[in-house]
Amino acid sequence: MSNLVQGQTGEWEVVIGMEVHAQVTSHSKLFSGSSTAFGAGPNQNVSLVDAAMPGMLPVINGACVRQAIKTGLGLKAEINLTSVFDRKNYFYADLPQGYQISQFKHPIVGEGVLTIELSDGSSHAIGIERLHLEQDAGKSLHDQHPSKSYIDLNRSGVALMEIVSKPDLRSAEQAGAYIKKLRSILRYLGTCDGNMEEGSLRADVNVSVRKPGAPLGTRTETKNLNSVRFIMQTIDAEVERQIEVIEDGGEIFQETRLFDTSTGMTRAMRSKEDAHDYRYFPDPDLLPLSVTQDYVDEIAAELPELPDDIRMRMVDEYGLSSYDAGVLTEERETALFYETASAGRDRKIVANWMSVELFGALNKAGKILAESPVSPAALGELVDLITQGTISGRIAKDVFAEMFETGEAAASIIESKGLKQVSDTGAIEALIDKVIAENQDKVDEYRGGKDKLFGFFVGQTMKLSGGQANPGMVNQMLKDKLK
Amino acid sequence: MSDLLQLSAVDARAALDAKEITATELTQSYLDAAVQTEALNNYVQLTHDKALEMAAASDARLRAGTAGPLEGIPVGVKDLFCTEGVETTACSAILKGFVPPYESTVTSKLWADGAVMLGKLNCDEFAMGSANETSVFGPAVNPWSQSDGPDLAAGGSSGGSASAVAAQSALLATGTDTGGSIRQPAAFCGVVGMKPTYGRCSRWGIVAFASSLDQAGPFARTVADSALMFSSMAGFDAKDSTSTNSPLPDLASAMAAGVKGMKIGIPVEYQRDGMDPAITKLWEQGQAWLTDAGAEMVPISLPHTAYALPCYYIIAPAEASSNLARYDGVRYGQRIEEGGTLDDMYEASRAAGFGEEVQRRIMIGTYALSAGYYDAYYLKAQKVRRLIRNDFDAAFAGVDAILTPATPSAAFPLGVKQDDPITMFLNDVFTVPANLAGIPGMSVPAGLSSDGLPLGLQVLAGAFYEDKMYQVAKVIETQSGFSGAPQRAAGRAHS
Repeated sequence: MSNLVQGQTGEWEVVIGMEVHAQVTSHSKLFSGSSTAFGAGPNQNVSLVDAAMPGMLPVINGACVRQAIKTGLGLKAEINLTSVFDRKNYFYADLPQGYQISQFKHPIVGEGVLTIELSDGSSHAIGIERLHLEQDAGKSLHDQHPSKSYIDLNRSGVALMEIVSKPDLRSAEQAGAYIKKLRSILRYLGTCDGNMEEGSLRADVNVSVRKPGAPLGTRTETKNLNSVRFIMQTIDAEVERQIEVIEDGGEIFQETRLFDTSTGMTRAMRSKEDAHDYRYFPDPDLLPLSVTQDYVDEIAAELPELPDDIRMRMVDEYGLSSYDAGVLTEERETALFYETASAGRDRKIVANWMSVELFGALNKAGKILAESPVSPAALGELVDLITQGTISGRIAKDVFAEMFETGEAAASIIESKGLKQVSDTGAIEALIDKVIAENQDKVDEYRGGKDKLFGFFVGQTMKLSGGQANPGMVNQMLKDKLK
Repeated sequence: MSDLLQLSAVDARAALDAKEITATELTQSYLDAAVQTEALNNYVQLTHDKALEMAAASDARLRAGTAGPLEGIPVGVKDLFCTEGVETTACSAILKGFVPPYESTVTSKLWADGAVMLGKLNCDEFAMGSANETSVFGPAVNPWSQSDGPDLAAGGSSGGSASAVAAQSALLATGTDTGGSIRQPAAFCGVVGMKPTYGRCSRWGIVAFASSLDQAGPFARTVADSALMFSSMAGFDAKDSTSTNSPLPDLASAMAAGVKGMKIGIPVEYQRDGMDPAITKLWEQGQAWLTDAGAEMVPISLPHTAYALPCYYIIAPAEASSNLARYDGVRYGQRIEEGGTLDDMYEASRAAGFGEEVQRRIMIGTYALSAGYYDAYYLKAQKVRRLIRNDFDAAFAGVDAILTPATPSAAFPLGVKQDDPITMFLNDVFTVPANLAGIPGMSVPAGLSSDGLPLGLQVLAGAFYEDKMYQVAKVIETQSGFSGAPQRAAGRAHS
């Protein structure tokens, strides 16, 4: 599939790079002991350090360092045993220190890679440039008072990982797949909850366009996007705008833009000339951060199995299609559900039941997997009843609907509703005899060579049985009787 | 009561143990002395009630036999140390009215060892200055000033600390030293001032000037008192990531050991053209005393000495420009709301809150860190800093300690250098290298100038070798027989 965009002067190539801010899952902040819990009252989670009181000093939180290394390993990236915290200086009311402690020249994690799969089955390796640790700022509330702004410092000092991709993305779809995959990996690792609505995961998107083979165009950066949809909309809007500007003889300026969720368009926020001079320099309150290779190895040994590995295993060992395996591994919870439900039974049938029936029902009910009324064990049991011949696949769908509705087990539904498959030769023979007796004319036609009518007899017999007759037996016995 | 003021801390501590005096008597004498010498302007706040409460508690512990090493000893605190419930301003208008809800680690340790807090001492605004003239409270005055002459500078930035200890209105005092802010005023006022190895004393709760250079240290009238106080101040603190865990050497043994067999480095680069002849003479005298006591003088070279001052005046302002960003009027201190925007508020609050020298250094530091200048200034200065440290490392491979003058001159009259920041900066020429290298340095009063003003010698030692420094300092103190008797001390009739 070509990613080129058709303009009036020919085709354009889109070049996208992303900077993702992921809040580190930790009990306390990056340089203080304050809680990071979401939802506390304004300024409840603020220490003397977070409020930048005179004489206060930062002390690195080892748990956050561990999480950053873990994430780096999950992105198959180089871990830098020595990294340095720098101060990024600027004034803002919700930045109490007057600087953000970040990592500028020497990040804790270097180059890595993340593989995305698209709906057309293609996969792309997207380069990771770096990952570094930094402090989050507080929050300014401008709508609480007619002339004053209120400041909430609960987030001030919370640890973020800034994960920077290389400019390897070529379409909004790829960018969407990238952020979803990244979120999935972070959740598997337990290093970020990936909750975009609460702001735990935000993206800055760098977009430029060029004629295929030409040098890179001037890029714009759109900041603080907190949903996959907004990221994709931003890219589409920005690509369209940039092509239009250039084709009209205009020029793209390097600038920071904002995405307006109400119009679906981006607008300029500040130009490069207005850009802050952050006056980065190594924070003299902190020594360079050193970790040992043994420590990194210890974390590597505890790394959980990641989606790409599980997916590969599902294809190789379970015989699933790459697409089905992708769906089942996107979220860690889904993969765990599937592994439990399918253990010791036909993996492919379970995969099919999960991705078609269960996901369909959840979607319809507006529920997530964690809220599923059907447990992995219950789904497994249903599949067992099908493969054992207790119920037919068609009846199973009704049983499943009932399970989803009531949370009851498949066996008890089948029992109470009398849905058990009829495999009794005598009973089926009686049904067939009745169908033949009532449709003597069609029997004559069939015997006269109209083979197509066979399906009619099967259907009538099944109907008569209320769907409970064993379809295989019905087929075989009908063939014998109609000879 | 004035004889109580003559006691050294070591002697006062012994007298307290022997029940010859009480902490309350001793504290009251110092409170009275502070009031008597008010004109020296070395206190910005006397915590009278708190002092007497703490003294009463000390007396109770002395009676109960649970007294600490500094039990009942009255101590003044530089206004750069945050003190719980006591206004802390760094002598800046921008922090007026700021009462910290926390106590600095260093002062906490002093109180835990039984010391009594007398009050907060004057200093240069945010510790930026060499004459205590940038303080929003006006300058502290050197007690060596003649009653019929001009008021002399107590030095800076810890001018209030040096002035109070010399004037006998504090028995001990805390100071901080970023480029000489303990050693220079100690020399000007004829007291013992010591800057420990970087990392010995926690910086937690001390208003930051330049984080990689700032170090707290003691002011005392004797070398032994200095050691006593330093032992209480120092120690590892998990709240300061630059704090070190190295155990404190045995200072008492060091001070008793003498200098026989020690090698003392005499850096050729410290012989400056145009230096006051009295300073040169004192330096030679110091070498003679140590030689007499059995030490060997070794000429050494510290080739990058000339670059120390320019290097310091890049690094210190750069760090300060960032450290002082938090004083923005948003959360504490003085806020001036003018104009409608946040930027207007910052500009008005900071313009009114910071004095001229602080603003100058913020501007210099901001410039030095700016895009396009960082490599030429800050990065270059850091490289020079490393060379200066290497100079000392090489020197200490061959000598136990280094002897230099503490300052290029004796105390000068207040006001004369105010309009010339560069001459003012030159005051730090002998003291700045130790901060850049992170090594300990100590100023010991050793003689008088032709005008009868005190002069100090500086002893430097390798990082974490404070014992060798005290070893040498003790011999200089003994040999010089210096007895501090400033004209305007509280113990003397009229101030």
